Amino acid sequence: MSRTVKAALAGLATGLLLHSVAAAAEIKVGLLLPYSGVYAALGQEIDDGFALALETHGEASGATFELVREDTEVKPPVGLAKAKKLILQDQVTIMAGIVSSGVLGAVRDLVHGAEVPLIVANAGNDQATGERCSPYIVRLSFSNSQVNRPMGPWMYDQGVRKVYTLAPDYAAGRQMIETFAAAFTEAGGKVVGQDYTPFQKTQDFGPYLTKAKSSGADAVFVFYAGGEAISFVKQYDSFGLKETMPLYASGFLTSPLYVNAQGPAAEGVITSLHYIPTLDTPVNKAFVKAFKAKTGREPSEYAVQGYDSARALIEAVKSGATDRKSIAAALPKVKFEGPRGQLSIDPTTNNIVQPIYVYETVQGENGLTQKLLATLPDERDPVNGCKM
Amino acid sequence: MSDTGFWALQTLNALQLSMLLFLLSIGLTVIFGLMHFVNLAHGALYALGAYLAATLAGLGGYWLGFLLAPVGVAAVGVLLYAGLIRHLRQAGPMAQVLVTFGLIFALLDLTRIVWGDLPLSLNTPEVLTGRVALLGVKYPTYRLFVIALGLAVLAGLALVLNRTQVGAMIRAGVDNDAMAACLGIRVERLFFLVFCVGCALAGLAGAVAAPLLSVRPEMGLEILIPTLIVIVIGGLGSLKGAVAGSLVFGFVQTFGAVLAPQLASVLIYGLLAAVLVLRPAGLFPARG
Repeated sequence: MSRTVKAALAGLATGLLLHSVAAAAEIKVGLLLPYSGVYAALGQEIDDGFALALETHGEASGATFELVREDTEVKPPVGLAKAKKLILQDQVTIMAGIVSSGVLGAVRDLVHGAEVPLIVANAGNDQATGERCSPYIVRLSFSNSQVNRPMGPWMYDQGVRKVYTLAPDYAAGRQMIETFAAAFTEAGGKVVGQDYTPFQKTQDFGPYLTKAKSSGADAVFVFYAGGEAISFVKQYDSFGLKETMPLYASGFLTSPLYVNAQGPAAEGVITSLHYIPTLDTPVNKAFVKAFKAKTGREPSEYAVQGYDSARALIEAVKSGATDRKSIAAALPKVKFEGPRGQLSIDPTTNNIVQPIYVYETVQGENGLTQKLLATLPDERDPVNGCKM
Repeated sequence: MSDTGFWALQTLNALQLSMLLFLLSIGLTVIFGLMHFVNLAHGALYALGAYLAATLAGLGGYWLGFLLAPVGVAAVGVLLYAGLIRHLRQAGPMAQVLVTFGLIFALLDLTRIVWGDLPLSLNTPEVLTGRVALLGVKYPTYRLFVIALGLAVLAGLALVLNRTQVGAMIRAGVDNDAMAACLGIRVERLFFLVFCVGCALAGLAGAVAAPLLSVRPEMGLEILIPTLIVIVIGGLGSLKGAVAGSLVFGFVQTFGAVLAPQLASVLIYGLLAAVLVLRPAGLFPARG
């Protein structure tokens, strides 16, 4: 072989090598979030958290990330169309986001069939990491059961024996309450009454609050989020129930995102959630500081879900994954310390394993804040019919 | 709590909801009765009233918002009238429905752009915080205020409609607008007046509802269906119909939630269907 040919081959090999490194280092992420519609505020929080993690930790992975944003409008058919566009037209390596479980249900089969990894950054439907689980879908947010299950025994230990439950009448509302009720009953407590209010059609909780009041329960346990949460907390207080029956809830009720709109009515409400911004760990403090500097807001659990979703992707890339297949395989193995604590993925369901925090909403120096009452150990969901 | 206390509380709950719906439906129904004009954007004006009240309350306390929000919404009503509605008067109901339906979404996104996606809130004024003992139960003062305000507006409107010349002109217009015009009543100007008052009442309803609920862009859309149900049950165009419709809705909704919670969301629609079958014109239609 002549010298020139050798040189040419060497040059070609180097070129190929360089090329493959450059190609490996470019990861296209499709963000599938509601930028309009009722959950637009949540979409923005997740987006901000996701972008912050890429800015802070992205470089260390050796790869560059390109974001393609698509608006699901919280409508399942729109979400499905946008997911198709991201996969087929934009050829994204990975997708992340999804606030509504309805949208998640709509895109699940597409994602599973196309074998594109999807990091779920909110939607909590138990089935998504249960009987409808997929090796390509990893959830970094929470499951509806996970957040509420540990609250059952904890409340029993606090001396609560009889509860009345309230939640909006849709899948998430029922899952949250049913899991809590089962755990509370198993611990020895009793559910003395239950109401599911018409979802997004109930403006006046008066009739239900009056029922709860006359039920003879020690406490009330609820799940409401967003606008309904604000109306509920204010009306609960205005009926004077807070003094006689303490209000416990799934922590979304008093999310930092809108707790200040509830005002003094939210004081003393005790809830459980997978994140509160007042956690006293160095990782969380650094995150809160960076998030505030970027957006001017206190981060909510939604922001952390976006942040940790991007962190999980970065960790997967660090372990050598670069394309759809390898990222999907690497995601369930990631482990890292996020703002909410030590996180890992349960490989039997692809749902996150995380501690749950019980907190009380209290008056702080600058408005309402979260006082940590208890840290409940790592909560892992049962397999729930998931076959990988 | 005693059994009678429980039912007394629920009755007050029902009354409170009825009065809120009355404030909204009366404007809509008279506008329709007078001019056969369906203003689907009425709910959006309610949301606007709530936003204005929340903003103004931040600047100068609850009462500033309470007083100025209706004025602000009426001003928006004037703009809508001059810019859109006046030109649609001869366009037929389909065009009117489409334009005002589109207006809902335009106003919805406008509130979103101006005030953001996060819900706002408004605290009840100091005087109306707390609870009052009444009929052997303690009831939130603010809710009693809503009931009282609804009754006051009802009395005022009844007085104007039944005892004044303007009221007689409105009644004549609702009864037969062509004949009223022949008799020298300027029906169009009357319509403009009624439209503005209707808008102001929608704004007032928004301002009153704001401390009870959360103020968010979708609230106008959510209240629209109940309002339409109220005026269809009550009968289009009449004060009596709006009162009856509101009471029916408030009581069915509240006691439905208590007695048959599983049926709570369908009960009122079932009733609506029954009314449409048995009395297609509603319980108290403006024209016989």
